[in-house]
Amino acid sequence: MKKDNSEYLITRDNNIYEVVIGLEVHAQVISNSKLFSSSSTTFGAEPNTQVSLVDAAFPGMLPVINEYCVKQAIKTGIGLKAQINKRSVFDRKNYFYADLPQGYQISQFKYPIVGEGTVILDMPNGPKEVGIERLHLEQDAGKSIHDMDPQNTLVDLNRSGIALMEIVSKPDMRTPDEVSAYVKKLRSIMRYLGTCDGNMQEGSLRADVNISVRIKGSDKLGTRCEIKNVNSIKFMQMAIDYEANRQVDLIEEGKTIDQETRLFDTKKNETRSMRSKEDAHDYRYFPDPDLLPLEVTDEFIEKLKANIPELPDDKKKRFIDKFKVSPYEATILVSDIDTAKYFEEVIAKSDVKLATNWITGELFAVLNNKNLEISQSPISAKNLSKLINLIKNGTISGKIAKTIFELMMDGDKDPQKIVEEKGLKQESDPKALEALIDKIINDHREKAIEYKQGKEKLFGFFVGQAMKVSGGKANPQLINDILKKKL
Amino acid sequence: MSEITSQTLTELVENIKNKNISSEETTKAFIKRGEKSKDLNVYITQDFSSALNKAKDFDKNPNFELKLPGIPIAVKDLFCTNKVKTTAGSKILSNFIPPYESTVTQNIWNEGGILLGKLNCDEFAMGSSNETSFFGNAQSPIDKGLVPGGSSGGSASALAANLTPITIGTDTGGSIRQPASFTGTVGLKPTYGSCSRYGIVAFASSLDQAGPMSKNVKDCALLQEIISTYDEKDSTSIDFKRNEYSKDLTSNIKGKKIGIPKEYRVDGMPKEIEDLWTKGIEYAKVCGAEIVDISLPHTNYALPAYYIVAPAEASSNLARYDGVKYGYRSKGENLIDMYEKTRSEGFGDEVKRRIMLGTYVLSSGYYDAYYLKAQKVRKLIKDDFDEAYKKVDAILTPSTPSAAFKIGEKNNDPVSMYLNDIFTVPVNLAGLPAISIPAGLDVKGYPLGLQIIGKAFDEQNILNIAYAMEEKIEFKNKITDWWIK
Repeated sequence: MKKDNSEYLITRDNNIYEVVIGLEVHAQVISNSKLFSSSSTTFGAEPNTQVSLVDAAFPGMLPVINEYCVKQAIKTGIGLKAQINKRSVFDRKNYFYADLPQGYQISQFKYPIVGEGTVILDMPNGPKEVGIERLHLEQDAGKSIHDMDPQNTLVDLNRSGIALMEIVSKPDMRTPDEVSAYVKKLRSIMRYLGTCDGNMQEGSLRADVNISVRIKGSDKLGTRCEIKNVNSIKFMQMAIDYEANRQVDLIEEGKTIDQETRLFDTKKNETRSMRSKEDAHDYRYFPDPDLLPLEVTDEFIEKLKANIPELPDDKKKRFIDKFKVSPYEATILVSDIDTAKYFEEVIAKSDVKLATNWITGELFAVLNNKNLEISQSPISAKNLSKLINLIKNGTISGKIAKTIFELMMDGDKDPQKIVEEKGLKQESDPKALEALIDKIINDHREKAIEYKQGKEKLFGFFVGQAMKVSGGKANPQLINDILKKKL
Repeated sequence: MSEITSQTLTELVENIKNKNISSEETTKAFIKRGEKSKDLNVYITQDFSSALNKAKDFDKNPNFELKLPGIPIAVKDLFCTNKVKTTAGSKILSNFIPPYESTVTQNIWNEGGILLGKLNCDEFAMGSSNETSFFGNAQSPIDKGLVPGGSSGGSASALAANLTPITIGTDTGGSIRQPASFTGTVGLKPTYGSCSRYGIVAFASSLDQAGPMSKNVKDCALLQEIISTYDEKDSTSIDFKRNEYSKDLTSNIKGKKIGIPKEYRVDGMPKEIEDLWTKGIEYAKVCGAEIVDISLPHTNYALPAYYIVAPAEASSNLARYDGVKYGYRSKGENLIDMYEKTRSEGFGDEVKRRIMLGTYVLSSGYYDAYYLKAQKVRKLIKDDFDEAYKKVDAILTPSTPSAAFKIGEKNNDPVSMYLNDIFTVPVNLAGLPAISIPAGLDVKGYPLGLQIIGKAFDEQNILNIAYAMEEKIEFKNKITDWWIK
């Protein structure tokens, strides 16, 4: 059965259900210091070595807003084509936990720094718009470590107080593929802006997934469940698949869905209830009296706007318009800022068409194979452009180029040097090639006669011989021309 | 030259600068008197030997340019002091030694002040009699069995008893002015944002403000000019032009308009308070001020609004005392059990009462009815003052609705205890400066204070008015040293 990914529907007897999905993405802000203290934010440091008195909530310690994090949030808001709120308010979200030293998280509840915006997803069957509800700044909590000591839970406060952006989407997604595209697009935009590195393994990007189901065609939202803290796109998709089916089954059985918070068990591939609405925390939000409302001027926002780099959507448009790459290729090339940078560096000095093919073909294959980011590419953009130029100007053939490409990976070697060292330069001297072909025809006189008598298939034989004798270096176009003439 | 410990700050500074006395002599004198005054229970922590060393160091290499040259000072135990135990009067912090210094105390040490020790106060500054302290009640030197007021009760008591030449307190709803009034001393609550809150154990962040307590207005002005600084470490600190309050101090207040708010004439106000107020108005007139009747119509709502806002903030501010990171911890079966035992055992009844109140008013479904409404009231109260200040330069009221009461007298009646703050809380809600000066005695000989409320950032003006009135009042405290055997 062919799976149509553009529609994700769940069918039971006579009912067809659609799934409604919204995401709350927690994105760690790129900043050297924390949201309200000057402690470092470097990942992977020794436990409790990046903790200030403010982060550990010592008596009398006060939060002071880090202006850089505010700028990062506003930049992200601009990237999401969102309303920037000139006045926002930090609130306290009160709850007790061992890794929450203050006994409250400083967040923004009623008045977030960024309001409504949009993200455009490049889906196979066309663009899809997902609404952004809001973006707010908040502190991350520390980490409780339950498996290091048999009796005690240990607490690491290095993460405590690091700035997060919570980006809340509207319930605009309908399929797991859209969710995947949405997260990738958000990640891409934030990486372009340098506001979040999007590293899901290190936890700098994680999401709560809100899911409800309804009969297709209905415009009423069903009761939703929130799946907390899913930290990979694959798990998000698996969780949605499980949860949507669970909800449909409940409805089909005539039962009701409880609004609740659930956890996704990645080992069992199922979601489990964490707490019901009745058990939900009463966070007792109120404006943090230690902080004044956050006020930014138009000038402040305009200055940030003026320094926003070209974002994926614009870059894609430019690549299509200016370089005549296909929309499909453009989407791939702009999806990651480092890929786009690499591409632009290569084509600055070489042919666009060839560059597109080599990057999306050979290079991606190598990177995939070695599980590398393009920023870690064993072949620099400079040397790839040299290789492309060698092909373009006829110094080497496409086939030889593949051999050279393999050799280049060993220490990012200059392709020109490889050509010289290994004598791989393409033979394009017509006189030399004529001599070579004369010799081949002479060596295979009977075949030459058969060809002249009409056995045209033998042309390929002569081309093959020419390549073989030249060690692959003969210019294939010239070989063709000369052979046609001589035979 | 009078006895060292009975000198005012200004006198001591003068005498040290003129080398009539040394810092060591001065410090020794206060230490000696402190040691004889154990019955007052004003000290939670004495730092005497360290103080003496610092005094000797000062004398070896004196810097007379400083505003507090080698002056020993004891401070309220709500200010975090580097490497010196800071308890906030609570069991939960009874073993807490901060590795940092509050900005206000640092400002004092920067001017040559020397820490004598940490003074008793109500637990987390929640109380009006110093009875909620985990370390027992500080006694008033005025009379045996009398409360010194609160929450800066230890500070007021130590000051009145000549155990420290000046001191600092914190005032969230009257915690400087009420104890000053009860002990015949001067206490200033500065404009919110004038003194940094950095390193002060928080009670209610939007109301807390540190301030000076002294034996006279001039000392008060000098200490205020030392402790009030703009501080980037406190986001609510305000960067305004601060006067040299002591230098700019003048008793010439001719033509100043002083408002008398009719709403402060509360039902059941003792006659002696009524008389004190009338007397105060006369003094102000004698000083050349013009008296204007004004109205602060929302005064009645100040106390209930205060007892919503302050506990709400406190319930959140005190969440950090959970036994996880520092301070008292009780063993528990699990995390929740540890929390419950730690906080049940670590906090006293009044603190628990306010945490519960605060938690309740912030709860979902009650937030709008209580917290939000209280914030609206707060705005109305501030608007009342703004309106009044279109007509007057300052406002004169009694500091408290009664003189000091006996220890234990109001223990079982929190509401009656809360009523003590009736004249002081509107000032905190509006973020204004106000000073309490001693103005008379009740029939038992207990001091009574008058409060002068100013415009925001207009400390100089109320200090001047207080200075002028002080000259005319000629208040004398009747302290018999009854506690010294």
